[in-house]
Amino acid sequence: MLEFIISKYNFWFYVILMMIGLYAMLAKRNLVKKLIGMNIFQTAIILFYVSIGVKAGKVHVPIIIGGHGTHHAIKAADYLNPLPHVLMLTAIVVSIATTGVALAVLILIYRRYKTLNEDEILAIRQAGRETGA
Amino acid sequence: MIWQLDFLILIFVIICAVAAINIRDLLSAVIILGAFSFFMCLLWTEMGAIDVAFTEASVATAISTLLFVGAIYKTTRRSKD
Repeated sequence: MLEFIISKYNFWFYVILMMIGLYAMLAKRNLVKKLIGMNIFQTAIILFYVSIGVKAGKVHVPIIIGGHGTHHAIKAADYLNPLPHVLMLTAIVVSIATTGVALAVLILIYRRYKTLNEDEILAIRQAGRETGA
Repeated sequence: MIWQLDFLILIFVIICAVAAINIRDLLSAVIILGAFSFFMCLLWTEMGAIDVAFTEASVATAISTLLFVGAIYKTTRRSKD
């Protein structure tokens, strides 16, 4: 049991990191802090996927051995699994797009309410609704 | 994968994440988020995911920090939590 926990420590750190991000998204009142939490959460997911592809003691990147004439069989078990890496390249680029759109919305919110604090924005909206009705 | 190095970088990553969400100054928080991304970049290199590492270094660290700093310049730097 102890050996199981220690051998998979990357996954434990991934869970800790994900919980830090989730806490920031749920408990922090500032919208930029929520966005930072979302970034941490995304990075934690990427850490999980990259950790899947790692094999103990094998750090080779898959390149062709004997590409200059000498041919021998390539064993896939000798290399890292590159498939999760390639998937996560897309995830990183999508995360930057999400962050950009979120920051644009944040600037619009600030222009309208003059604050980035969630409580104050809700209070202003509530007051506006009461005077409007 | 050298597990001592892996463990050390993971500790640093956790410290950076906790610091980034607890600092009240938003500009400091964003810069610490950049440091977090660079530690993640070291981690990817160390785990053999070099393609992910340089994408993280160029896109996630540089452009993300730039966008955050721009947005904070346009809005406010102070935070209550």
